[in-house]
Order: sequence, then C-alpha cells, then structure tokens
Amino acid sequence: MKKPALLTLSGVSKRYGKVQANNAIDLEVHSGSIHAVLGENGAGKSTLMKLIYGVERPDEGTIVWNGTPVSFNRPSDAQALGIGMVFQHFSLFETLNVVQNVSLMIPGRQQDLARKITDLGEKFGLTVDPHAMVHTLSVGERQRVEIIRCLLLDPKLLILDEPTSVLPPQSVQLLFETLRKLQAAGTAILFISHKLEEIRALCDEATVLRGGAVTGRVDPRAQDARALAQMMIGHEMPKVDAARAVTPGSVRLALKGLSHPRASRFGTTLTDINLDLRAGQIIGIAGISGNGQQELAALISGETRAQRKDMVQIMGQNAGLLDAQKRRQLGFSFVPEERLGRGAVPEMSLADNSLLTGHRQGMLKGGFIKRQVERDYTRRCIEDFDVRTPGPDAEAGAMSGGNLQKFILGREIMLNPDVMLVSQPTWGVDIGAATAIRRRLVEMRAQGAAILVISEELEELFEICDSLHVLHEGRLSKALSVADTSAEEVGAYMIGASE
Amino acid sequence: MKLRMIRRDAASRMAMFGAPVLALLLTCLTSLILFAALGIPAGKALHALLLKPFLSWYSFAEILLKMAPLLLIAQGLAIGFRANVFNIGAEGQFIIGAICASAFPVYYPEGNFPAMLPAMILAGGLGGMAYASIAAGLRTRFGASEILVTLMLSLIAVQILNYLLLGPWKDPRGFNFPQSVRFPENAQLPLLFENVRPNVSLLFALIGSLFAYLMMERHFRGYQLRTAGLAPKAALYAGFSAPRMIWLSLALGGIAAGIAGASEVAGPLGQLQRSVSSGYGYAAIIVAYVGGLRPLGIIASSFLISVLYIGGDSATVSAGLPVAAVEVFQGMLLAFYLLTFTLIRFRLQIERGVPA
Repeated sequence: MKKPALLTLSGVSKRYGKVQANNAIDLEVHSGSIHAVLGENGAGKSTLMKLIYGVERPDEGTIVWNGTPVSFNRPSDAQALGIGMVFQHFSLFETLNVVQNVSLMIPGRQQDLARKITDLGEKFGLTVDPHAMVHTLSVGERQRVEIIRCLLLDPKLLILDEPTSVLPPQSVQLLFETLRKLQAAGTAILFISHKLEEIRALCDEATVLRGGAVTGRVDPRAQDARALAQMMIGHEMPKVDAARAVTPGSVRLALKGLSHPRASRFGTTLTDINLDLRAGQIIGIAGISGNGQQELAALISGETRAQRKDMVQIMGQNAGLLDAQKRRQLGFSFVPEERLGRGAVPEMSLADNSLLTGHRQGMLKGGFIKRQVERDYTRRCIEDFDVRTPGPDAEAGAMSGGNLQKFILGREIMLNPDVMLVSQPTWGVDIGAATAIRRRLVEMRAQGAAILVISEELEELFEICDSLHVLHEGRLSKALSVADTSAEEVGAYMIGASE
Repeated sequence: MKLRMIRRDAASRMAMFGAPVLALLLTCLTSLILFAALGIPAGKALHALLLKPFLSWYSFAEILLKMAPLLLIAQGLAIGFRANVFNIGAEGQFIIGAICASAFPVYYPEGNFPAMLPAMILAGGLGGMAYASIAAGLRTRFGASEILVTLMLSLIAVQILNYLLLGPWKDPRGFNFPQSVRFPENAQLPLLFENVRPNVSLLFALIGSLFAYLMMERHFRGYQLRTAGLAPKAALYAGFSAPRMIWLSLALGGIAAGIAGASEVAGPLGQLQRSVSSGYGYAAIIVAYVGGLRPLGIIASSFLISVLYIGGDSATVSAGLPVAAVEVFQGMLLAFYLLTFTLIRFRLQIERGVPA
C-alpha cells in the first residue's frame, strides 16, 4: 500500500541481565514520515534507538536498511548509511564555540562549516550563531546545534530522543516547524516521546511500546489521547484530584532577597529572590534546568549556606547559615533531583538509607543504631509508597529510578515535615508512579504542609500547584496564580520574554 | 564475544570471602613463574614463605608480634579510608608516638616516675593524634590534600627522630650509637607468653578492633563516616559535617598509630632507635585494604601479612630469595586483591555477538 520502507526491524530483541528491554519488535519507518515511538519511561524506547543507531547490538532479529540487511557494530556504521541521532542529553563541549563543536565530528574547514551552518539554519529555521560559545546558548539553541550537526551528514533518518523534554512551549513549536520542513524535504524522522498531545500534533505514524513489546501501530492523528494512553500504559491516564480547598496558613518558608554568586563559570548567579510559602500551599517553580534550579534548591536545603542568615527563613527562624541537619530539625525536609549519590547512597541498603535523614525517628539509642526500628520504618515506607523491591536489604543502587524516587519521597514524607522542598519529583518516573507521587503531595497539602516543587514539567505544576513562579537566569518571576495564567504566559517568562 | 561487568543487586557474600582466597592463589601462581625465572625452586620458596612460619612456636609467636602494630594501625586507617580521608602518613604518626612515649624513660631512666607505662601509652596516642591533626587542620582550613600532607609529615617525623637520637636523647653510654638509653623495667610492656616476644600490645590491637567494629558497623558516627566516603553529596544532603569527619578520621588514625609506636619502643625494642621506623605505617595501608576496610577482615589480613613478613624473612635466608622478590610478592597480593575485589559488586557475563 505504501512505498517500500526505509528502515525495517523484524523480531528485534534485546536483553540486559534479567530485564527483557526489547521483545520481538517490528518497526517500519518510511521516507518523508515523522514516526513516533511512544512509551513510558522503561518501555524500551531508548534501547530500541540504541539498536538502530548501532550503540548496542540486538540479541535476535534483523534490521533492514533500504532493502539490505545490516549489522552495526558502532554508531559510525549507522552514520555512514545516513542515520543521525540527537540524544536527550547533549554532547557539546561548553568551552568551545558552535563551529568548533561541529568540526569535531564533521570534516571541513571551519569557515565552510560556519557558512553551511548558517545556510542550514535559514533553510530549516534553525537559527544559531556559528561563532557563539556553547555555554552562552540556551537549551533550545544547543538542541539546534545538535540537529544541525546531524543534518550536515545529510541523514536519511533522523532520530530524536525526547527532544521536547528540555524545551519551553514556544521552542517546542519552533522545533516542530523545523521537523515538518525536514519531512517535506524527504527525511524520515523517528520521534521518541511519552507526550501524547505532541505526537498527535506532529506525527503521521506511531508505534507504541509497553514493557519492551509493541502494543499498537496507529496513525496518531486518527486517535484521541485516551486511546493512545490505553495502548501506552494499559489503562486510562490517571488524574490527580487536586482539591484546592485549603486556606493558606502562616508562612513556613520565606526567601528574603536571596542572592548568591555562582560557584563556577557554568553555574548560575541567583539575584534577589523573594518568596513566601504558607502552610497548606503548593508553590511551583517552573523554568528550564540550568537557570539556577540546582543552586536555589541547595540554598534552601542548607547544602549551600546563604550569605546572610535572614535570606532563608524556615518556620519563622533565620536559617540561612544553618547546615542541612539543623534545617531538618526546624521541620524541613527535601527530595533532591539526584536520587543516587545525593538522595540515597547507592551502595547501602534501603534500611541504611532510611537512617540518612530518618535517624531522629527513634532509630538511635546512645548513638548506636537500632536495626529493628530502622527496618520497620523502611518496611512501612516500602508498603505505604508502593516501592517495588525485594525488601529493606536491597541496595539503593540496584533499584529503578522511579522506585527509588518513591522510596526517597516516602522517607521524607514520613518525617512529617512542616515544609518540604521537592526537586524534579517525577524525572524519569513512569506515569503510574508519577501520578502516585503527585497525589501524595496533594494529600500532604490537605494536611497542612507547605510544599515547594521545582519542576521542568509544566503540566505537572499546573496539575498540583496553587501558584507558580518562573526561574530564568537566576531571577524569580512574580507569583502567577495557576487559575489565572496559561502555559503561554509561563513560557514567555521561561525564555525571559516577559520582563 | 565481549566480557561485560554487570552490577549485582547486592554485594555477594561469597565473593567477599572468595576474593582474598582467589587473590592469594593468583599471587602464588604468578610468583611461581617469577621464582622460576629467578632460578629458585618454586616449591621451596613457597614452603618458606607460607608454611615455615607455622612450623615452630617461636616463629608463630613472631607472627603475633608483627601483627600487633599492623592490626592497630590498619584499624585506625581503615576508618579514615572508608570516609575518603586518605591518611597515608601513619608511619610519621607512629614515629611521633614512639618519640612521645620515649620521653618518659629518657628523662626518668631510673624508672622513678609513677604510672610509667600508662603515661607512655597515653603520650604516644596523643602525640600521634596531634601529628595527624596537623593534616586535618590544613585540609579543613586551606583544602590541602591530606594525602600529601601526611606523607610529607612522615619524612619530617624521621628527621625529628634523627635529631633526637643524634643529639639530646643519645645514650651517653651508648658508644655514640644513635639510640636512647635502654628503658627501665617498668617502661616495658608485659609479655603475653613466656620466652617469646609478643606483649600486651596485641591486646591493645584487639581492643582497638572491637572499638572499630562497634563504631563503624553499629554506631551512627561510623555510618556518617561511611556515607561521607561512599557518597559525599549524600552526606552534605543529610547535613553531616564534612570537617568533623576529616578531624575524626585523622585523629583516630593518629591515635592508633601513636599507640602502636609507643608499644614498639616499650615492647620489642626497649629503647628508641632509628629502626623504629620499619615501615609498619605503610604496610598497614595494604593490611587495611586487603581486609576490605572491615574490622573483622583486617584482623585476618593483618595476620596474613604478618605471615608473609615472617615467611619472607625465612625465604630470604633459607630459599635464597632476594628481598625485592618478597616485596613483589606482597605488592602482587594487594594488586590481585583489588582486582578480584570488583567481583564483590559486579559479576562477569560473557556476551556473544549475533552473527549478522
């Protein structure tokens, strides 16, 4: 019915130890088509792309390119045939400029490359200054550099791994325009995502993965989001019932003119940040990572001390100069965005990881550890927060990101904090777990806790927050009431267009 | 075909015990080749190295004598190593401990000082601690690497020792030898058994081991140190004070080394000599790592390394093995152990490529 496929995968399987990452996957990609690979975190999308791009080799099955069976030993084999890939995490050197970065992969004189970069930019709407230093570029611009670098190799198939997860709404639209132009020029595009609306807006074919296997092959334009969700997660998209009936109480966390110089060239200086967080309130901090989120979180948690003690106030007390433990004693708890190595010690058991912040919950007697209390606490956390693990003795490092996040969040919630900071609560967490996490936060608000959520996921903030601020280049916007604002307005603050 | 390292769900207990055994076997195998290349009958060399120390009560007692300082120092160092505080200058702290302890018998050569031995041991421990604290101060105040500072302080300690023995503390009736007076009877540690040299310092080492075990495996302080070592960011996140961990690690390492130094002059030497610096402080680093930095493991590894010391001595004499070969043997043991150690957390999987 259609012209022959550019790329055909038949029965491709890949196994890592006990995990069957891909199971007998069939996939056809055609020239001039934007093909979505849709699935949750852990559904096997990334593995599949690694097989196509030659990063890994399949255990079983065949890959056919333009009618010829192929076997890639390394990405350069795939590149040679015309397959390009833009990874979710960029591989650019911050201390080099755009042309220098490109010339590391593409042969040719820098002058010629600069001209080609400008040409391609004009042709596909990928404007970027070839001589700009990469560390001065926004995330959207960096992504353009990555795409241009692929385009210079004249690919027939371009793979994009979760390209919109790092972009503000406006940049997403620009990216889509670029991709449509590429499509019109005959390039095939594999678009990896878990965002249903985007896929419906952009793609003309979709392959849905769940648990490493294909659960659907559809035209996404002809499906509604519910049907796609059904295929992706096996049931309807869960909703968080955000009952917002709580009247805000006293101020639990206050930032007063918080300014802090950046620690390194690649850090962000925070400038005059003011915020009041009250009991029974969830306030969100939106913005693209790298605009001071990490610095702000560390200043609130006590991992970095503020310059003056009154810049951070917890439960009405000046806490700016206190260490993390002292701030916890005031009723503060914190879920960091890095789970392994910060929120949890990978080499330690879950029980020992409970001790990390839970040691004041009766786990110590004369400084000696009461193993039984530690284990009971851990077991309760595992049960209450649906952590899938063999038990309290499992090592944190061996758990999946979502499960570990549920554990860390549970541990911090079980401390009964008066005020809590949660950073990127659902990064890399599957939809079921993400919904559970958001529900927990909403429940805590109902019980009168004050919660500050730093997140890149705008939908998430709109779902659970009462109001939100946008962090852009180390400055915090005014409070935007969730009821009165829109994604576009927030997006404008995210790229600094609304000052 | 490709060999992959796959992380285990939990540390393998079998590998934990198997790794040292495997390391010993690999070391023996490699040294067989090495000894053969040197033209030394391998069987004879290994017999001298590994078996002979057990064949007489005297040589077995010598193992215990060597073991005491190695065990004590290694327990102290391992605490720091687990917190990522690398005190590699235990040798210096050992010497300073020996010097501080020697002050009492040197200034009271008649033994007319009350509680002579407790004072010596206490002075040794405090001296070692103070010396190690210099590195802690420089690290916490100026960010100076404790690795370099402790190492260089060891060289200074040797010079202090030389100065004292060639100058003010030289035995006036010692025929100009660089050594102090012989210590009086009440400045010498009681022996554990008749006719052989091990003394109560072995008990100090065992008490130190018990202390290290309780602190590192049962107490919250040890947990904080372990966290600081495994995941410094997690320690910061939890609010464990990093400077305190550094002070504590170096202080405990210094006390242990200082007491070991005091026990050496009050034990087998019976006076302060230049040979007090015989490398125990450096060997203890190997002991600590071969013991997996675990208190119980270190008891086993200090015994093993002591066997190799005594065995090495006998091998140089009876099998004609050069001293360097003995050192190579000990070095190989550490290297192989560190290699096999990865098997505790990782397992090997052979992956076959798919024919295209």
